[in-house]
Amino acid sequence: MATLNAKIPEGPLSEKWSKHKSGLRLVNPANKKKIDIIVIGTGLAGASASSALGEMGYNVKTFCYQDTPRRAHSVAAQGGINAAKNYKNDGDSVYRLFYDMIKGGDFRAREANVYRAAEVSNNVIDHYVALGVPFARDYGGYLDNRSFGGVQVSRTFYAKGQTGQQCLLGTYSSLLRQVNKGRVTMYPRRDLLDIVVINGKARGIIARNLVTGEIERHSAHAVVLATGGYGTIYYLSTLAVNSNGSAAWAAFKRGAFFGNPSFIQIHPTSIPVLNEFQSKLTLMSESLRNDGRVWVPKAQGDKRAPKDIPEEERDYYLERRYPAFGNLVPRDVASRAAKERCDAGYGVGASGLSVYLDFKDAIKKQGKKAIENKYGNLFEMYEKISGENPYETPMKIYPAGHYTMGGLWVDYNLMTTVPGLFAIGESNFSDHGANRLGASSLMQCTGDGYFILPYTISDYLADDIRTGAIPTNSHEFEAAEQEVKDKIARILAVKGKQTPMTFHKKLGKIMWNYAGMVRNEEGLKKALVLLEELKEEFWKDIMIAGTANELNQELEKGLRVADFIELSKLICMDALNRKESCGAHFREESQTENGEARRQDDLYAYVSAWEYKDNAEPVLHKEELKFEYVELKERSYK
Amino acid sequence: MNIKLKIWRQKNSQAKGKFEKYTLDNVSPEMAFLEMMDFLNQKLIEEGKEPVAFEHDCREGICGCCSLYINGQPHGPRERTTTCELRMRFFKDGETITIEPFRSRVFPVIKDLIVDRSAFDKILIAGGFISADTGSAPEANSIPVCKHHSDKAFDMAACIGCGACVAACKNSSAMLFVAAKVTQFTLLPQGRVEAVERVKNMIAKMDELGFGSCSNTYACEAECPKGITVAAIAKLNREFLHAKIVAE
Amino acid sequence: MSGTIQVYLLVRQIYLIFKVMGKSVFKLSTISSKVIMGIAGLFLMLFLCVHLAINLLMLLGDEGQMFGKAVYFMTHNPAIKIFEYVLFTGFIIHITIGVLIWLRNYFVRPIKYAVTPRSKTSCFSRYMIHTGIIILIFLILHFTHFFFVKLGWVTGPEGIDTHDFLSMSKLLFTNPVYSSIYIVCFIFLGFHLNHALQSVFQTLGLNHPRYTPFIKVLSALYGIIIAVGFSIIPIYFLFFHTV
Repeated sequence: MATLNAKIPEGPLSEKWSKHKSGLRLVNPANKKKIDIIVIGTGLAGASASSALGEMGYNVKTFCYQDTPRRAHSVAAQGGINAAKNYKNDGDSVYRLFYDMIKGGDFRAREANVYRAAEVSNNVIDHYVALGVPFARDYGGYLDNRSFGGVQVSRTFYAKGQTGQQCLLGTYSSLLRQVNKGRVTMYPRRDLLDIVVINGKARGIIARNLVTGEIERHSAHAVVLATGGYGTIYYLSTLAVNSNGSAAWAAFKRGAFFGNPSFIQIHPTSIPVLNEFQSKLTLMSESLRNDGRVWVPKAQGDKRAPKDIPEEERDYYLERRYPAFGNLVPRDVASRAAKERCDAGYGVGASGLSVYLDFKDAIKKQGKKAIENKYGNLFEMYEKISGENPYETPMKIYPAGHYTMGGLWVDYNLMTTVPGLFAIGESNFSDHGANRLGASSLMQCTGDGYFILPYTISDYLADDIRTGAIPTNSHEFEAAEQEVKDKIARILAVKGKQTPMTFHKKLGKIMWNYAGMVRNEEGLKKALVLLEELKEEFWKDIMIAGTANELNQELEKGLRVADFIELSKLICMDALNRKESCGAHFREESQTENGEARRQDDLYAYVSAWEYKDNAEPVLHKEELKFEYVELKERSYK
Repeated sequence: MNIKLKIWRQKNSQAKGKFEKYTLDNVSPEMAFLEMMDFLNQKLIEEGKEPVAFEHDCREGICGCCSLYINGQPHGPRERTTTCELRMRFFKDGETITIEPFRSRVFPVIKDLIVDRSAFDKILIAGGFISADTGSAPEANSIPVCKHHSDKAFDMAACIGCGACVAACKNSSAMLFVAAKVTQFTLLPQGRVEAVERVKNMIAKMDELGFGSCSNTYACEAECPKGITVAAIAKLNREFLHAKIVAE
Repeated sequence: MSGTIQVYLLVRQIYLIFKVMGKSVFKLSTISSKVIMGIAGLFLMLFLCVHLAINLLMLLGDEGQMFGKAVYFMTHNPAIKIFEYVLFTGFIIHITIGVLIWLRNYFVRPIKYAVTPRSKTSCFSRYMIHTGIIILIFLILHFTHFFFVKLGWVTGPEGIDTHDFLSMSKLLFTNPVYSSIYIVCFIFLGFHLNHALQSVFQTLGLNHPRYTPFIKVLSALYGIIIAVGFSIIPIYFLFFHTV
């Protein structure tokens, strides 16, 4: 049985990374040319890693399922990116950013990793500016900041409500520059279907060419997964509809441990569900809570138009419950508070499943122009979808599945338990604990890709300078390809009656109801039964139109949903195991008298890392979390 | 709502395509346009027919995946709106909606409504970047950038690379796309440094790929879902002439 | 005899320009070829102003004295004669590049849209090739009536001196058919110019939020002035002038 070794370097927190870095082995430039690296995914993490590795001189092969790397879902991040620059002179520092993240993550993240993420955040901003990312600036020409949920300083760099897009286009341009130089080869329109492990090391992948349907073998000395999160298990989420967990699941099945799979962030401000056909929930950036005030009517079932409800009959419940942070409480807290109000019958809108986000006061104070400058594109987006003008009537919002703090377990070097298989960005579990603070995912993804992985992967590859090219005709490649082909043949052969979308919707309902914002033992056990039934039904009744050897979007969906169902089981098992409430994981059994989450540090201060077993239940391993530099406290935003 | 659909069907890039007609009942005006397409596909699969292939991903108007030429306009009838942001309430009950792929020799059809837009990547590979290696960046605030220029650069960088400009242009010209990128970088001091090489390389690549030339028809501007203006094209022309005539 | 030499020089000129352009137009970037076409067009627009000014002299009512003087100047001044070649070069460059660009653009979309495009576009910009061809046809007609007559290449109407443009014009313009064609062509020229002037600013990179709206108005005005200005003459001769 593999043991978990996080490989956290010795020494004081602030020196761990620099000391570790200087001790890592290097690969000399002549040898780098002989080494291939596969990167899966072209979001902030994947694109930045690909370009940094390309700049170093490795041969990089980069894959994405979209037609071009620029479509990766990092593009949709809205609010901003954090860095400990302290440009606002408000007392920010690397330590404070680290502390905010640790606290925001409800003390379920590794100190050393989080500190490192905070440490490189400043380099990230410097690099983005150098790449031509047009962050917002003041009239003096210097960078502007705004504040974000869960913190008391202004450290968020932004580009209107399109920060993710701007950052992604920055990393994308640096990736393309390496393509130009011949250091990176792009393989777009490819789905990763399996990871090839040879002699215990990740040595390649099996991918499906989504245009021709051809199953391809690609080899390398190391494989980097930058495949994002799996929030689409809820079917309706703020993710791209094709975002999936299949790469992570393939890695899991090949021996990579899965860390904290049940830690899934539900974002508090998304446009609510409008109809039964809905395929997607659109996010309204958290930054809106800087100026918008969240409220519901004080009377249950009040159906009056918002403008007819006088000030004294409005319940600004976040300001009431959390006077210190008010509307800027962290996401998990805001989401649960909204759910609590709606469940108690105070929700607004046709379904009663939404709350108001009101800009009336902000517009009165700052003028419409100022609000338009800050949030113009978000307001426009809201208007297009809902048909309502948020300048005049408050927005209706409701929580939606958004980000997975959980992911593949990695050590300090970002390597999974499979040697040579690395996971970066959202696809790993490492930096956000049980809850992610706004604007820290862009920071972490880019930090991983540009400033961390390139060092640590070189240390691993230093052993591979004499290996030579990895042949793709080995028995392991053969077997992996056959497995993939068999799976495809099997799913096509079912020829049942229900489409992948139908199954995905069913899965989403189970997960949202039993493993969503609020969880309990009974529900999770029920979900496990339902998931087992769904899996059985899936393999009896799935209908995939078309064939394997062509562009077949139904087949793509079908394969993803099959993995989602299995992954969902793991999520429920993890949620069931963790009987405490922490961050986004809220167990009804573990709460204070006034309904706040109650952590149980004596029992659950660990990372749950699950190991796959053939034909048996996954096995839980625990990585104890040691907190040497922060004191474990009840997370209070009151 | 009842909707009549006329959709281009084409098996693969070699096959000859043709229009197929479908009718859909019980379409809800609240549906997104692509949800209507999902609904159609669900129906087609249930009838044992092949679903319509179309490209989509984020479904919130930012990834640029969705395309579709709807009733004579890329991304349909609403200004500054991508196909995925379209709602069925923008259409009339009983209306016939014709859906075609983006047409251009440079964007060949892969299947049904999916076209290959990799030519855009190729243009950017030729020069759509700032040559800054990881680790070489100076402190972010060491170079102040005029807010006005920075904001304008942002407006240009808002391009989502969807290809609506090419699809709308009677010449299939990619000038607006190229102009947005060139303008973004030339407005920033970081990008100004290699402006001459960049514009020459990108235009050469654009011409080589076979895009048409600009005839100042401005359909691109009218159809750009992100509101990029043709002032960018003028800037591109200016930069190009500067690079060719004045610069060393 | 000078006429024959001129014809020879003209033909040679055309041949040389085609030879050079045939080689280079395809090598030129799309932007450069547009710029060259635009500058040539700008030059033609300038020429149109001069042409209009001289033509309007016919309406002075001085029995064509001023007009005659202007014609004499234009046909005998050596500088103008050199300029004539420049003008022809301008025409040929403008037309050839225009057609080549149109050809290139036409074939970029082998399968056309089934639905007529509904995108909002700048007025007349979609029809530059069409209006251009109409103008080209008119140009040929115009040359056979005046310029080639002057060269002695085409026999002019009987009893009128080959340099007596006033009489030739009067003769043509009192013909309602010719006048109608003439007016229609100039309306199309107006459309062409309406887009042309603003377009050349854009092509040269001169776009500014403060001045571009003014240029657009100027461009429209210019189109109207040329179309109306030239049309006044046949209308005058048809309806108001008694010989």
